[in-house]
Amino acid sequence: MDPILEIKNLYKNYGPVEILKDINVSIEPGDFLVLVGPSGCGKSTLLNCIAGLEPITGGSLHIGGQDMTNVSPKDRDIAMVFQSYALYPTMTVAKNITFGMKVRGVDQATQNQKLAHVAQQLQIEPLLNRKPGQLSGGQRQRVAMGRALVRDPKLFLFDEPLSNLDAKLRVEMRTEIKALHQRLGASMVYVTHDQIEAMTLASKIVVMKGGVIQQIGTPAEIYNRPANLFVADFMGSPAMNLIPARTRRSGGVSLIEIKRKEGDPIILQDANNRDLPEEVILGVRPEDIADAGIRAGADTQNADCIIDIVEPAGADTYAVLQLGGKHVTARLHSETTAAPGVAQRLAFDLGKVSYFAPDTGLRLN
Amino acid sequence: MADTSFVPAASQSRKGKLALRWLLYILLGLFALFYLMPLFVMITTSLKSLDEIRTGDLIALPREVTFDAWRTAWSGACTGIQCEGVRPFFWNSILIAIPAVAISTLLGAMNGYVVAQWRFRGANIIFSLMLFGCFIPFQVVLLPMARILGMMGIAGTIPGLIFVHVIYGLGFTTLFFRNYYVSIPAELTKAAKVDGAGFFRIFWSIFLPLSLPIIVVTVIWQFTQIWNDFLFGVSFSQAGTQPVTVALNNIVNSTTGVKEYNVDMAAAIIAALPTLFVYVVAGKYFVRGLTAGSVKG
Ligand SMILES: Nc1ncnc2c1ncn2[C@@H]1O[C@H](COP(=O)(O)OP(=O)(O)OP(=O)(O)O)[C@@H](O)[C@H]1O
Ligand SMILES: [Mg+2]
Repeated sequence: MDPILEIKNLYKNYGPVEILKDINVSIEPGDFLVLVGPSGCGKSTLLNCIAGLEPITGGSLHIGGQDMTNVSPKDRDIAMVFQSYALYPTMTVAKNITFGMKVRGVDQATQNQKLAHVAQQLQIEPLLNRKPGQLSGGQRQRVAMGRALVRDPKLFLFDEPLSNLDAKLRVEMRTEIKALHQRLGASMVYVTHDQIEAMTLASKIVVMKGGVIQQIGTPAEIYNRPANLFVADFMGSPAMNLIPARTRRSGGVSLIEIKRKEGDPIILQDANNRDLPEEVILGVRPEDIADAGIRAGADTQNADCIIDIVEPAGADTYAVLQLGGKHVTARLHSETTAAPGVAQRLAFDLGKVSYFAPDTGLRLN
Repeated sequence: MADTSFVPAASQSRKGKLALRWLLYILLGLFALFYLMPLFVMITTSLKSLDEIRTGDLIALPREVTFDAWRTAWSGACTGIQCEGVRPFFWNSILIAIPAVAISTLLGAMNGYVVAQWRFRGANIIFSLMLFGCFIPFQVVLLPMARILGMMGIAGTIPGLIFVHVIYGLGFTTLFFRNYYVSIPAELTKAAKVDGAGFFRIFWSIFLPLSLPIIVVTVIWQFTQIWNDFLFGVSFSQAGTQPVTVALNNIVNSTTGVKEYNVDMAAAIIAALPTLFVYVVAGKYFVRGLTAGSVKG
């Protein structure tokens, strides 16, 4: 089966400025692709290019196996939910949802039937005769979704649909969108700059920065094996610890040496006895630095470190310390004995660490 | 106690505020009176007989109310050799103003929509040129326009005058609509495009229904401009197609013998009635439309 969406070597310029550079993405039917990246990296622009709302400067774009590079938005068989929702202000909710069908000349009976179905699905039946101005933010969001769902397109495009909602509603709607995706089995491209949203929703994540794709992979791949320092730092909360370290070989084992604030450096042993360059940046997730004794495993090694700050966060307690001249966050047990200014024995799990080259920032292992 | 010393101070300042307010009202009243005086004189004079005008006081109320002057002004006063009053010219003005207002408003809406929402290469330049058109003195364009009307074969006709008013109204109408539509988020147009709507469909189904306040502003503005226009009316018309402003001028200037002030006043009021009427009916929408901001989805 053809991929639902296939983008090859896409470039997009605004005047002389290159906004998107050599974008290659392909998604299979049923995929939930999330585009994530910092503000201004070109996510909305890419989505607009997929929708045909912006002409592309170079490359090609196929939807459902058909070349859509120069096809107008209305013939691409897509539906889009905009960041501002863009509901038609003078039309009722019902008219907003059926506008697309009306334009396309769908008969009244079908329109009514589809409207009823979508309204029931999104539980917006009581709102159908209201104008957008009379709706709350969350209700508008649903109506915008309804306008997309009623079209039953090959591909859904969402541009930060939850960013205008308050934190609680955002989490609720996130779950609802995920449920909707599972129920419909539809293919979706979803833009966000919220990495938690990306991790929870995606079947596939594209991390972008400055108009260039940094990494494409499943949430687990992105989280566990970030392709470079940018992805490592961007995905995950709190962020991955990136600790400058020196390595050496001694007696047939690969050793990693990390400067402590006081005393001798910590010496850890690489779990897979890899050959590493002399200077590396060691990437360790906060959850891989735990209280000694609680976490134990083949790859776990203990070291004493002075804790600077202790931040209880309910289920866990985060401890901040200094290693290799950087702040490092450790995720400790909620009943940890760690106290500020006091040395604590920590367990470093080296089974899932990442190594990056300090100069290029690229992943080494 | 702090309480007792505070109360008199407060009531004193309240008294001061009251006095200030009264002063303000009195001042405003005086201004209003000053502005209304000419209208008052016009109306009373138009209701007096010529004898009474000659013998009586200018600002006195009429001793005997008579509508003769109105009747004469409407259908009997002489504008040069012809003595049919302002009536035929009033109809000319209507025949000119209504189509000219409608066409220039619709075209302005369309232009504003294009300039604000379908940005193309050179859109800004075209818009600046149209704005420039708002500010050139119209005396400058009289001769070239006369040539063009001649070449088009509509010189001296009502369609010719409609054409002139549409052309010179476009700058303002475009400006009004452009500024209104610029505040409408571009995502609205994008959403409609994804929904399958084209250029005209989006204009018709989404932008026009949003535009009532600015349509009111534009219609009032254009109607006032076109109805009150004298320069184009006198330059580009001929006997039979002159608008009411030109006829009024002729009535006032062409009386032989005694000057009929009552008829002049009545004719002037008749000529001003439509614009007055439009302001009274739609004035509050005018203010509201001028201050209307962006559209909340
Ligand atoms: N019409 C335009 N003309 C010129 N530059 C533009 C235009 N639209 C966007 N850009 C630029 O393109 C870049 C990418 O913009 P885009 O809106 O795609 O960012 P984004 O990733 O969606 O950001 P955000 O998360 O803030 O929505 C930005 O640097 C922006 O300034
Ligand atoms: Mg964006």
